[in-house]
Amino acid sequence: MKSLKLISIRSFLATLILSIGGSMASAAELRYVSGAVGNAIEVFQTLVKPWEEATGHSVTLVPMPASTTDQFGQYRLWLAAGNADIDLYQTDVIWAPQLADQFIDLTEHAQDLSPLHFPSIIESQTVDGKLVALPIFTDAPALYYRKDLLEKHGQPVPSTWEQLTEVAQIVQDAERSEGNDDIWGFVWQGNAYEGLTCDALEWVKSFGGGQIVEPDGTISINNPQAIAALELASTWPGTISPPGVLAYQEEEARGVWQTGNAVFMRNWPYAYSLGNGDDSAVKGLFDVTTLPTGGGHDTSAATLGGWNVAVSKYSENQEAAISLARYLAGPEAQKTRTLVASNLPTIISLYEDEDIAREQPIIPRWKDVFLQAVPRPSAPTKIKYNEVSAKFWSAVHNTLSGDGSAAENLELLEFELEELKGSGW
Amino acid sequence: MTRTPWEWTKLIGFYALVVVIVVISIFPFYYAILTSFKSGTAIFEINYFPVDFSVQNYITVMTGRNFVRSVINSVYISGFTVLLALFLAVTASYALSRVRFRGRSLLLITILGVSMFPQIAVLAGLFELIRFLGIYNTPWAMVLSYTIFTLPFTVWVLTTFMRDLPIEIEEAAIIDGATPWNIITKVFMPLLWPALVTTGLLAFIGAWNEFLFALTFTISETQRTVPVAIALLSGASEQEIPWGPIMAASVIVTVPLVILVLIFQRKIVAGLTAGGVKG
Amino acid sequence: MFDFSKELDLEAQRRRAAFYFLAPMIIALFCVAAWPLLRTIYFSFTDTSLTNLYGGEWIGFDNYLQRRELSSGRVIWRGTLVDPAWWNAVWNTVRFSVISVFFETVFGLGIALVLNAEFRGRGWVRAAILIPWAIPTIVSAKMWAWMLNDQFGIINDILVRIGILERGIAWTASIDTAMTAVLIVDIWKTTPFMALLCLAGLQMIPRDIYEAAKIDGVHPLKVFWKITLPLVRPALMVAVIFRMLDALRIFDLIYVLTPNSKATKTMSVISRENLIDFDKFAYGSAQSTLLFAIIAIFVSLYIWLGKVNLSGEGNQ
Repeated sequence: MKSLKLISIRSFLATLILSIGGSMASAAELRYVSGAVGNAIEVFQTLVKPWEEATGHSVTLVPMPASTTDQFGQYRLWLAAGNADIDLYQTDVIWAPQLADQFIDLTEHAQDLSPLHFPSIIESQTVDGKLVALPIFTDAPALYYRKDLLEKHGQPVPSTWEQLTEVAQIVQDAERSEGNDDIWGFVWQGNAYEGLTCDALEWVKSFGGGQIVEPDGTISINNPQAIAALELASTWPGTISPPGVLAYQEEEARGVWQTGNAVFMRNWPYAYSLGNGDDSAVKGLFDVTTLPTGGGHDTSAATLGGWNVAVSKYSENQEAAISLARYLAGPEAQKTRTLVASNLPTIISLYEDEDIAREQPIIPRWKDVFLQAVPRPSAPTKIKYNEVSAKFWSAVHNTLSGDGSAAENLELLEFELEELKGSGW
Repeated sequence: MTRTPWEWTKLIGFYALVVVIVVISIFPFYYAILTSFKSGTAIFEINYFPVDFSVQNYITVMTGRNFVRSVINSVYISGFTVLLALFLAVTASYALSRVRFRGRSLLLITILGVSMFPQIAVLAGLFELIRFLGIYNTPWAMVLSYTIFTLPFTVWVLTTFMRDLPIEIEEAAIIDGATPWNIITKVFMPLLWPALVTTGLLAFIGAWNEFLFALTFTISETQRTVPVAIALLSGASEQEIPWGPIMAASVIVTVPLVILVLIFQRKIVAGLTAGGVKG
Repeated sequence: MFDFSKELDLEAQRRRAAFYFLAPMIIALFCVAAWPLLRTIYFSFTDTSLTNLYGGEWIGFDNYLQRRELSSGRVIWRGTLVDPAWWNAVWNTVRFSVISVFFETVFGLGIALVLNAEFRGRGWVRAAILIPWAIPTIVSAKMWAWMLNDQFGIINDILVRIGILERGIAWTASIDTAMTAVLIVDIWKTTPFMALLCLAGLQMIPRDIYEAAKIDGVHPLKVFWKITLPLVRPALMVAVIFRMLDALRIFDLIYVLTPNSKATKTMSVISRENLIDFDKFAYGSAQSTLLFAIIAIFVSLYIWLGKVNLSGEGNQ
């Protein structure tokens, strides 16, 4: 009763305001929550200014810590409690299926927009035919290598993981015999966390071992190629990679790399500009290429990262929020974002854009990396993705630290995943 | 005054012990200060003594969005948390330690039980409560929720201390016809200073450092507290961790606490008087 | 001598006052603790998920223990109580708590004894030892992660320089050292808390007792065992209980330092993982409830075995 009354009063007021304002739509004040890195807040303000001017609405950014796990926990809780204070959420590429029920369907609202984006990304944000979030920028890792060291020791840029292992060992040994004691061949992310799922998925996929759980939901991880991939990787810690690589996340790897103590590194695009900073020991001495392939397989793989925008179903200003989401995912905002923040766009045509090529010459080059991007199995495993990922990285971490062989651990993983899957994901 | 060699050894040994304790306590903090003055790649290098003296990290932090504001928020919230906890705890501990009534032990155990629940598990329920009370995104959300960890502890410590005070000091006041409130403020408070300052300080630090509630119960940047503000310091990209500014911010937020301790340490010493009454 | 009826009257008046004094605290604690706690216990008997917080249905003890019959007739048991990951977490938590609290108590008491002596610069030393406690946990955990790093960590550098280690070890990565790393950081961080509480207890001991003992020529060690320890014991017991409660619930330090290492995953960490990350809200609630129960048993045992005087009867 009470709520009914309230709604009628509210709608009455709304009509009143509308009639007073005539054709002018009432201005909404939106809140957009996002992990804030660097000058994200300033970038956001520049970005939304044209939209604010065009629509008369306004939007404030609610900044969150950079840790995606923390963000996910907070958003989960807020959405569960039906928090109406937040209208839009910036979501990680893997969250869509897990939060799908709490966001509105954007399929119709973005009918004209979605064909402009990479189809694989739109697909990753579609759950049971419902478009949960619109992509705003993307991310994919690459292989960083030291031009100077490879040249000095007459070694090629490796195109396979086997070759990388060999070259890294040769260069590392040669450098150490010259007194460079701190040098390591290859640094990557070996800590037991989501990042290891990314790294290991790349090894497995580029060995032709599938992508853990296939798009149709079959569990494919226990196969000879995947085992071969993990067996090769498990030889790295202690030989070409420091033993501590098993605790490395992105920053630890970059630390070793940027002080000039690594020949190869697997990392995200952010390390590129930092590595070319004035205080970097490797400034101008390195380059990037696509990640290697392995086991005789011919295509490499780079795990798909990136961020999207979703509209909360508890928002009281859905119309304005949808308009903002459309704007942020559109060509104009993506171009500005690329120019201002050097994020990788998700709209294909922007990789051919002249302004971008002039201002950010590195961006068109990431297109090659990006075309080989492989999504993590978040879409088929739906709400169980985090658990699947945790089981996968544990199995990989165990293998890498010598706790069981690759074959044993993957067999056990297959069993655990089957059990988790039950009658269906 | 001359000392025997044995006395000298004891003295030197004692001071050596003091030095070891101090070094272990402050070394990581010293290292944080050292790091806070470094910039760029220098952070990844090991130094034991200052090599760099760049205040850039401090400028970044202090001119950063709302950092100063969050320090003020933290002071305010922690201050009120301590006042609320001490007020509720002093009165409650008086009842628990000096008045005989049925179920006293049970009550004490229950209060203890409150601090047995993991923070993460009460989060959802607390969130509902705070929205129900309409204090979401205000400092009161934190002041209220922090009582969950400050209050049981404060009540217990004060109860233990009050119980140990001799009955005679109270008897005289009772015969004079003092009300219980007067007994607390006039008789016990002066004796309880060391315990009050100690528990108050620990409660303050607890509130000052709390992260999970502060993050969950605020959404405006202007309402956030220091640990959240530190967690919000970030590098230019998702994967980069800005060690320099984080260390600078930690130094900035730790200094007020050190000053607090220095101010109140005389009060901690004042425990001697309480002992005097007993002896 | 009191008049008997007057004394009764006075007692009644005191009891009434006691009630008014207790009421605000009880109300406050009921709101912030009892209510959320009861909610969580309720959730643990339902199939609630975070996607649908109010749509959970009662499923009894299934989150704890559930008997399932497969089509082949084989019987399997499911639930937290037969989950090896949970028992691993229980074992980690207990091990962590006992070791850390033991060292913290010993070091804390030692530091308190030092600080209780009179010497120059005592105020500064007292402020200095509080620094570890004053640094926010999320920061000190990150700081130590940095210092324990195998490549550019200063701890390894020191140990290599003084010849204890051949080559830097990856403290937080290796299963063998992860727990040690967490223990080192926790002991470093919380010893000041114990020291301060012990110090407050020591300060309540009258000086003349010591002077009398000194005049009588009693050995300092004997003074410690026979006078100091018994007198400081009540304060120490309370400090240990609270440290124990904190240690059994330990979350943030491990969450930042070694979030996914199975060697350090504690009950709080695993229950958060299920509550939030794995979308098994009810299952996580069951684990939180169990955590509560385990802590309650632990503390009761401690109070019972340690003969902690709760009501203070006999003291007055």
